[in-house]
Amino acid sequence: MPRLGWRPRPTIEADHLTKRFGELTAVDDLSFRVEEGEIFGLLGPNGAGKTTAVRLLTCLVSTTSGTARIGGYEVGNGADAMRIRRMIGLVPDNVGLYEDLSAYRNLDFYGRLYERPERERREAIERLLKMLGVWAQRDLLVGTFSKGMKQKIAIARAMVHDPRVLFLDEPTANLDPEAAKTVRDFILELKSEGRTIFLNTHNLDEAQRICDRIGILRTRLVTVGTPAELEDSVWGQKTTILLVEATEPVRRAVESLPLRKVVWEGNRLTVDVTDAARENPTIVAAIVGAGGRVQFVSSLRPTLEDVYLKYVR
Amino acid sequence: MDLSKSWTITTKDFAVFRRKRSVIYGLVAFPLAIALGLPTVLALVVQRGSATYAQLTPLMDAFAFFFVISTVYLSTSLASYSIVGEKVEKSLEPLLATPTTDSEILLGKVLAAFVPTIASTLLGATVFMATVDALSAPDLGYLFFPNWTIAVFLLLAAPLACLFSVEANVIISSRVADIRTAQQFGGLIVLPFAGLYVLAEIQVITLDALALLVLSAILVPADVLLFFVSRATFRREAILTKWR
Repeated sequence: MPRLGWRPRPTIEADHLTKRFGELTAVDDLSFRVEEGEIFGLLGPNGAGKTTAVRLLTCLVSTTSGTARIGGYEVGNGADAMRIRRMIGLVPDNVGLYEDLSAYRNLDFYGRLYERPERERREAIERLLKMLGVWAQRDLLVGTFSKGMKQKIAIARAMVHDPRVLFLDEPTANLDPEAAKTVRDFILELKSEGRTIFLNTHNLDEAQRICDRIGILRTRLVTVGTPAELEDSVWGQKTTILLVEATEPVRRAVESLPLRKVVWEGNRLTVDVTDAARENPTIVAAIVGAGGRVQFVSSLRPTLEDVYLKYVR
Repeated sequence: MDLSKSWTITTKDFAVFRRKRSVIYGLVAFPLAIALGLPTVLALVVQRGSATYAQLTPLMDAFAFFFVISTVYLSTSLASYSIVGEKVEKSLEPLLATPTTDSEILLGKVLAAFVPTIASTLLGATVFMATVDALSAPDLGYLFFPNWTIAVFLLLAAPLACLFSVEANVIISSRVADIRTAQQFGGLIVLPFAGLYVLAEIQVITLDALALLVLSAILVPADVLLFFVSRATFRREAILTKWR
């Protein structure tokens, strides 16, 4: 049982991280923490600095200022950079596979560079390719694969050394829905194994489904929170009620309640609520008490798209 | 530096080369054309009665210089596939994310171009020497090859010229976006070596063992200089942000 006040050590920690290329600031003052076992999604428009952020955290480019730590090791420190590279897996935005080599040979090559002994390497490759449903195609040249299959091989490549932390840059971009679902399910399986996942994505639905927390980047990190927190930050919760007929007594009964905002559109009533579970029964009771008849009641929440558009516009 | 990682990169490149017909044909055909073509020229000259093999011995030595040119040409082709090929396939980023140093990757790439080139050149030169000896021994009364001149050609000048070419190609690879352009620019490296052969043919210089030792003495510092320039070019951040 964890000690009182115990908190898991942040697996990824960025503190005022900044990267400039000449006059261009690609990432500005980026600060956030990702805890162990968390899926953290970074959303942002093209050119927002998402790929640069991943390259900074994976020790591929140097920082201009600020610091970052992965698993306690400092990004930018030469000796620590090697330890970080052993600890992390990267799926870049371009899969970057060797098209003239087989799927197995691609993974074996990376397993060797990560110094995995041959038996472990063989077992890891078999396990990963079977999990991703491409074991039967292991000896085929990658150049003959579909985009979805290549993406699966790229993910398997990033996992061949069993990393604790995984960086995924647009892992489902350009995939058909079925392939995208396989990849998402695999990411969730990796999370269930306790791995930490840093995910760059354009796909709001995907971010909402699989991320524990989401940051929205527009060179600077403009907001960060759980999907629910971000949605609530737009306009909170609303309840919409469709009546058979919005009579005058019903309207008066609803407006006599201590509600923040009430909007009528024909027979449809939309109300801002703070606690839907507590307030909805009161509203319905007032309507029924005034002789109204309710067709349905539903909760209306802002979507992640509303959140995204609010922050990136 | 972990040499086994460099060798892992080298053997991976060998596996890629095996799939490229143009690379295989180049490695086989070019040295073989020199190995069989040049002795044929000698045989035709002797057959026409223009000269005897004894009179052609300076030319036999000079012809061996083609194997130095061969190493420069072939390594240009291989280095382009090895480095620009990774750029084209965008496979450098995941490679650079592994716990491998820039020097280990660079050494792996240099060996991938160097080893097949030298192997192919040595095989071609062996065929060349055997063919020339078979043709000229009855006339000369002794085996002309191997001799000190070709030993210096093959064991000193050719490897140094090959290294020069590979290192120059690393630098060229950072500035071009496709394999063909890299090969075209890389082809320019052949020119100074071809120029030396022309100077020998018009008897401005003699391509004997001493001349080759002088050439090698020039190539050593040139290789060292290009090594530092290519290493400075082959840095993670530069590859990802500055390479075209």
